[in-house]
Amino acid sequence: MNSVLLRADNISKSFGGVQALKDVSLTLNKGEVYGLIGPNGAGKTTFFNCLTGLYVPDSGQFTFGDTPLISHAPDKTVRQGIARTFQNIRLFANMTALENVMVGRHARLRSNIVSDILRTPFNRREEQATEDMALQLLHYVGISARAHDLAKHLSYGDQRRLEIARALATNPRLLCLDEPAAGMNANETAGLRQLIEAIRADGISILLIEHDVQLVMGLCDRIAVLDYGELICEDVPAIVQQHPRVIEAYLGSGAHA
Amino acid sequence: MKMTARFLARLTRHPADNRVHWLAWLLLGLLLAILPWLVSAGFGNTWLRILNFALLYVMLALGLNIVVGFAGLLDMGYIAFYAVGAYLWALLASPQFGLHWPLWAILPLGAGVAGLFGVLLGAPTLKLRGDYLAIVTLGFGEIIRIFLNNLNAPINITNGPQGISAIDPVHIGSLSLARPIDLGFVQVPSLVSYYYLFLIAALAIIGIAIRLERSRVGRAWAAIREDEVAAKACGINTRNVKLLAFAMGATFGGVAGGLFAGFQQFVSPESFGLLESVMVLCMVVLGGMGHIPGVIFGALLLTILPEFFRHIAGPVQQSLFGTVLIDPENLRMLLFGLSLVLVMRYRPSGLWPSPQRRREIEDVQRADAPADVPVSPM
Amino acid sequence: MDIFLQQIINGLVLGSIYALVALGYTMVYGILGLINFAHGEVVMIGALVSYSVMMVLVPSGLPPVLLALISVLVAAPVCMALAWAIERYAYRPLRHAPKLTPLISAIGVSILLQNLAMMIWGRGYHAFPDILPAIHFDIGGAQITLLQTVTIGLAAATMGILAWMIQRTSLGQAMRATAENPAIAELMGIPVNRIITLTFIIGAALAALAGLMVGANYSVAHYYMGFMLGLKAFTAAVLGGIGNITGAMLGGLLLGLIESLGAGYIEDLTGGILGSHYQDIFAFLVLIGVLVFRPGGLMGERVSERA
Repeated sequence: MNSVLLRADNISKSFGGVQALKDVSLTLNKGEVYGLIGPNGAGKTTFFNCLTGLYVPDSGQFTFGDTPLISHAPDKTVRQGIARTFQNIRLFANMTALENVMVGRHARLRSNIVSDILRTPFNRREEQATEDMALQLLHYVGISARAHDLAKHLSYGDQRRLEIARALATNPRLLCLDEPAAGMNANETAGLRQLIEAIRADGISILLIEHDVQLVMGLCDRIAVLDYGELICEDVPAIVQQHPRVIEAYLGSGAHA
Repeated sequence: MKMTARFLARLTRHPADNRVHWLAWLLLGLLLAILPWLVSAGFGNTWLRILNFALLYVMLALGLNIVVGFAGLLDMGYIAFYAVGAYLWALLASPQFGLHWPLWAILPLGAGVAGLFGVLLGAPTLKLRGDYLAIVTLGFGEIIRIFLNNLNAPINITNGPQGISAIDPVHIGSLSLARPIDLGFVQVPSLVSYYYLFLIAALAIIGIAIRLERSRVGRAWAAIREDEVAAKACGINTRNVKLLAFAMGATFGGVAGGLFAGFQQFVSPESFGLLESVMVLCMVVLGGMGHIPGVIFGALLLTILPEFFRHIAGPVQQSLFGTVLIDPENLRMLLFGLSLVLVMRYRPSGLWPSPQRRREIEDVQRADAPADVPVSPM
Repeated sequence: MDIFLQQIINGLVLGSIYALVALGYTMVYGILGLINFAHGEVVMIGALVSYSVMMVLVPSGLPPVLLALISVLVAAPVCMALAWAIERYAYRPLRHAPKLTPLISAIGVSILLQNLAMMIWGRGYHAFPDILPAIHFDIGGAQITLLQTVTIGLAAATMGILAWMIQRTSLGQAMRATAENPAIAELMGIPVNRIITLTFIIGAALAALAGLMVGANYSVAHYYMGFMLGLKAFTAAVLGGIGNITGAMLGGLLLGLIESLGAGYIEDLTGGILGSHYQDIFAFLVLIGVLVFRPGGLMGERVSERA
């Protein structure tokens, strides 16, 4: 039950003189919704970028399932089963919602340029299956009515959903969401929460960066708190909430006085 | 679940009246088939020649469109691949080395070698973007031309600025396209047989371009054009996919180059200057970047219109002023330059853009409008 | 004769000219992020106008130095007016369009100017009259002519004035602010459009001077000279770090030296396989090398991420 899906060992990363991550180690279990919180600039997104291969950590190692993530190439990370969304939504703005999701399927398809040109029966079947699957995913996240609209014409909340659908299309075992509720109203956040619950129920583990404390506390099985690039605690929400260093990090050291 | 998806797909697809399409395609096919006869009867062989060149430029423009229009990589040295294809043909089928390889061997080889050059020249530029990429590819194009110009010593490979002449015409089996072909009921002149050959090649390239656009790799190109970081996060190996775009575009250029060499039976570095690269780029951009019909239109327009102009500018001036005031060639380029500026100003998305692309540019302009810097009087 | 030293002198002359032209590219790029593809043609127009003025004045018997002075005083305003018109009509309306749009427009202007020049001056090469007496000095086994000395000196002085202007005057401050962030500069009350126009005009004045120098030193001018010269000057700007004024000067000199030494030694280096007619390749190799390995140039920051 509590088998480990992702283990980070002593991840460090610095930019110029700034140490963005300092020996961060954490473990994420299969089937968990795992929250990563911390004040602005604590290194959460840097951690994401290291994990998904956009940055190369200065030291430390990730282990995913049984295999170490060595290559630090984003496309290989996706192939191994880690998908992500971005804090500031990064959709393919001038492609339709459907095409966006189909791009997400890229790494799982076996057509190559030759079969694309020849339109082999295999290629046709695969394309049809990809389109079907993409429509299903749009339906799953609740925006199938917008399938043929350009991504940039979608509402903000729908764009967030589309980004999740695109990430799900990569067939991940771990879905990393970078502040998915940012900018959402209460209604949209509630919808998002249901969506995340549903994804978890489908057996995909979730790593969640989020500022909305209520959402994090209500949704996450366990939470890790980063402050100035250091992991200050990792535990279940109830304990994290009471942790003195967490309170200090969020409210400032003055809170003790 | 699958049923609902199928149903949704059918529901959201645009219905088209297939019968009308069939008729239109049939008429277009018929027109393309009789076009060379009409042109040569009505306007003479000069114009048939121009038509053949127009088809070569359609191939080139579609090749460049893969790199610039689909993948969003601004290549300004594209003509280099045309040169590679042309020179390969020239070297393997001319007295230069005494080699006389057949079409079926050189054309695929030319496409392959050009594709290889595409990868070689593309590889160092992978991290560059926008106008930097433009300048570097421009530099590559010039380097290739300089080499063609100077590789006549110490070993004579390209015959330098004189170029290579007496190149074998295109042979299909024992049939030479350079001579009229007797079909019994009709004599097919050389220019007409070349027209059919080029038409087949152009149609094949159009077909490939259409299929690539709507495929896994076509979507990956579009994704890179839109947002490279997000494309990586979708599991796209952006390096390989970009190289594939360079290679594919170069391949088209190589095919067109080989056909050009066989048709002209003469190549020299002069045909592969920067202006040619610019010309092909303008076909893509003026026509409507990324939009296949627009690009074809752009290629036809920019080959035929200037020629038309060249042929009437002299006589018109003669009749108006009694003398030729401005050299027609000069005037032609003058107007070309001017029209580039004007089209960019008034139709920045091209003359026939895809509906999507037009919206996109209009959006950009609308979004920028409030931030526009007010014009202060000088 | 010391070939090495001689090539250095030749390289410095060539480099001074590149530097003057590169400044035009770098200033415009710094402010607008635009490769002013037509800048080389402005140099060409400058050279040809100077040539024409001199040819008109030669019969008057004025001393050649005065001829040169008058010709540049005519050529500079012509180039400045031209640059103003290019900016106003070909670039400004496209300022918010996607990057490719102004680039194509610039190519259009370039073709337009070349063909205008061809109409006015014809296709032939025009030989410049000698401006300065053919005096030369010996330095350590190499020769430097009076003309070369004046070229290097004048270029250095011009660049010194420009650097002073940009660093010390309020106009320079406004230019730097606009380059940093046009929107904010506008809010601070800087007339951004006027600054942009002025940038083009200053670049054109330098181009006119460079045009005269090319004509005087290599004694030819023709309608096609702007293209290669412009491309190389742009390379120099990239080499130094585009957008960086000092970088453009340094890049220009360096590229001049590389080309000149390269052309002098390429035959020895390659065992006679490649001759000096490969000179033009150096500029492109340098350009590609810099952009691939150090995209920010020698003095610039990293810019390859700039879309």
